[in-house]
Amino acid sequence: MPFAAPTLRLTSAQHQQIVAHCFDGLPDEACGLLGGPLTEDGEPTGEVTSAFPCRNADASARTYTVDSRDLIKAMRAAESEGGELIGVWHSHTHTDAYPSDTDVRQAAEPGWIYVLVSLKHPEPVTRGYRIRDGGITEVEITIEP
Amino acid sequence: MAVDVNLPTLLRVHAENAASVTAEGATVGEVFADLTTRYPGLAGNLVDDEGNLHKFVNVYKDDDDIRYLDGLDTKVADGDVISILPAVAGG
Repeated sequence: MPFAAPTLRLTSAQHQQIVAHCFDGLPDEACGLLGGPLTEDGEPTGEVTSAFPCRNADASARTYTVDSRDLIKAMRAAESEGGELIGVWHSHTHTDAYPSDTDVRQAAEPGWIYVLVSLKHPEPVTRGYRIRDGGITEVEITIEP
Repeated sequence: MAVDVNLPTLLRVHAENAASVTAEGATVGEVFADLTTRYPGLAGNLVDDEGNLHKFVNVYKDDDDIRYLDGLDTKVADGDVISILPAVAGG
């Protein structure tokens, strides 16, 4: 299956920040938001300007809800950087880095990139997806120095 | 009271694709009642069957989550901005 557009380009510092936040959240799932620029068509370019670690309001190992106050704060911060929120990351503590049925059912932002970090194995695995109309397509993630 | 209500992408289809609409009311609940009278498609997306704020939306008055104010009874004044964002959630 070919990758969907765009390629999500994380810096290695952002990637480390995301993975560290996922480990910090254990035993619960951790979550956070990504800010970046949009194309003229309103789609993410794939560049990530900022990663915003958020609280998991569910405080659960099985589900996550981005704390509503962290959500609006991250949205305003992304806007002040000239972009918008373009995606969300969350961890799967014991399953693969692939969207669960719950992830698909609750995916409310067709324009976003959904990043999954699996902590199932000793080495964390990071993958990205578009989730639209119940369908999942993977996007490529590059980690740049 | 006239307030601006910012709608998230997924709800705009119920409001003639508007990103922002103006509505009347003295509380958030009244503003939603005015909105859903004009845009009936919004009804089930904002308030649940028991009249409570739907758990899958976040509603902010000037960037303060109304769940931490007075919920749907939160008072609004002319010029306030209500922002609706879908909850970001999964499993």
